[in-house]
Amino acid sequence: MAMTMSQKILASHAGKDKVVAGELIMADLDLVLGNDVTSPVAIKEFEKAGCNCVFNKDKIALVMDHFTPNKDIKAAEQTKIVREFANAKDITHYYDVGEMGVEHALLPEKGLVVAGDLVIGADSHTCTYGALGAFSTGVGSTDMAVGMAYGKAWFKVPSAIKFNLTGKLQKWVSGKDVILHIIGKIGVDGALYKSMEFTGDGVKNLTIDDRFTICNMAIEAGAKNGIFPVDEITLEYIKNHSTKKPVIFVADKDAVYDEVYNIDLSKIEPTVAFPHLPSNTRTFDKIGEIKIDQVVIGSCTNGRYSDFEAAAKILKGKKVAKGVRVLIIPATQKIFLDMATNGLTKIFVDAGCAVSTPTCGPCLGGHMGILAKGERSLATTNRNFVGRMGHPESEVYLCSPEVAAASAITGKITSPVGL
Amino acid sequence: MKITGKVIKYGDNVDTDVIIPARYLNTSDPKELASHCMEDIDKTFVKRVQKGDIMVGGYNFGCGSSREHAPIAIKESGIACVIAKSFARIFYRNSINTGLAIVEYDGDINEGDMVEVNFDTGVIKNLTTGVEGTFPPFPEFLKNIIGKGGLLPSMKNN
Ligand code: SF4
Repeated sequence: MAMTMSQKILASHAGKDKVVAGELIMADLDLVLGNDVTSPVAIKEFEKAGCNCVFNKDKIALVMDHFTPNKDIKAAEQTKIVREFANAKDITHYYDVGEMGVEHALLPEKGLVVAGDLVIGADSHTCTYGALGAFSTGVGSTDMAVGMAYGKAWFKVPSAIKFNLTGKLQKWVSGKDVILHIIGKIGVDGALYKSMEFTGDGVKNLTIDDRFTICNMAIEAGAKNGIFPVDEITLEYIKNHSTKKPVIFVADKDAVYDEVYNIDLSKIEPTVAFPHLPSNTRTFDKIGEIKIDQVVIGSCTNGRYSDFEAAAKILKGKKVAKGVRVLIIPATQKIFLDMATNGLTKIFVDAGCAVSTPTCGPCLGGHMGILAKGERSLATTNRNFVGRMGHPESEVYLCSPEVAAASAITGKITSPVGL
Repeated sequence: MKITGKVIKYGDNVDTDVIIPARYLNTSDPKELASHCMEDIDKTFVKRVQKGDIMVGGYNFGCGSSREHAPIAIKESGIACVIAKSFARIFYRNSINTGLAIVEYDGDINEGDMVEVNFDTGVIKNLTTGVEGTFPPFPEFLKNIIGKGGLLPSMKNN
């Protein structure tokens, strides 16, 4: 039987010629990821099971990003557990304050994932690396513990939904609008257990950062993974970031898909997800006047250099609205430094924004921008569940960096079009 | 294995942020996690839950983050089994890997009903309404993991 791109990567890592949807397999991993929230639980399991050695000290990445720089004593205890483990096992890719970044921006930047890899991470947004033509998916801490010990994980081979992309995005529209549009269409469980495979002529018109953003939110449609075909743009990115050799898998022409959606990129408009589900999307004809208290630009979804470039273009020479707190959180140290070097930081500070060291921070309501009862935040993050950014009666609206920057100036949710 | 318990019911899309809010993830202590379980949508849960109760949800139960803290918090709170119309996939595998019993079943169950779940026969009996239904048993591969007491022990034996 013909295979999808995701199935081919799984088959090759399970040492099989063929796999079919629904089959349960054990597969070899190229990378196992954990963070300061999920790793302590995994380490406890790892030690409880009497494991001594990790399967490969170069194929484990531990990134302290959620509550760091440590927000309180408990968070400090958690990172300490991971730091001591990383030291004891001599883990090559341990990233702590000063060199860390938000994991899903950091790993590709450090060249730890390339096309053809099979990656698990004890973090749901591990699906981000599908942008590079890798199969990557989020798992729990026990899976991570087993991954660290044996370099293996079990998978139920997923079927797939095909998204056939055509056309080109309009000005002020970016990857975030594409994925919010898709989730609005298929719902938060529209791709449950499945792969979202993106393909078509329109792919070449999406930057690698657009693709990272799109794959990042595949989980918000319930998907197991999101994946893009490997093209020149992918290979260029990998060449500039990694010494690892990419392996290119191509879906069979006659591969079977559960559903096919045709998406014309040129028709997509700036889109905002209203509380409390990422699928609760609206375009500006249906948004009305919504005042905001806070704007967050950052996270593994939209905390890359191009995101801040887009925001800076809009904020240059402007001031943020009175009474609105605007947080700029570059996702990695490199992005932080590039922003400073290229004058972006000055634009943001002149406009009245706060610029922070990399952290997940407010994205999960951890620290650095928690909302009070009744407050509203517009954010370039990926989740707007009840209480996600603070008080259970606060609200989070999700959008692109372009919409976030335009709204920072007006103090209400505003389209960047025609600004 | 057969269990009987009283139902505590929620709706669709119960996400991991309401099962255990991220602000409490600075600890991995099961007792502490359980003491905040469900509090953002149901402040009464931790007070009224009794050992052996059954949690019932709608579609896409456990969506959101990969935090294993979610099934851990539910299990530690005393819940014997979660029944939902469908589960988000990471929550599903985390439950198997950590030994929280979960069942996919779309029959009608109400708050407060007494329900009996037979894991060997795959039969669910609603003792309050008298309605009976079945659920698909786990495939052998997963039964093996559960039978060996979780993923880590099962790997060790191989
Ligand atoms: S930025 Fe937000 S979504 Fe991304 S890894 Fe951090 S907490 Fe998770």
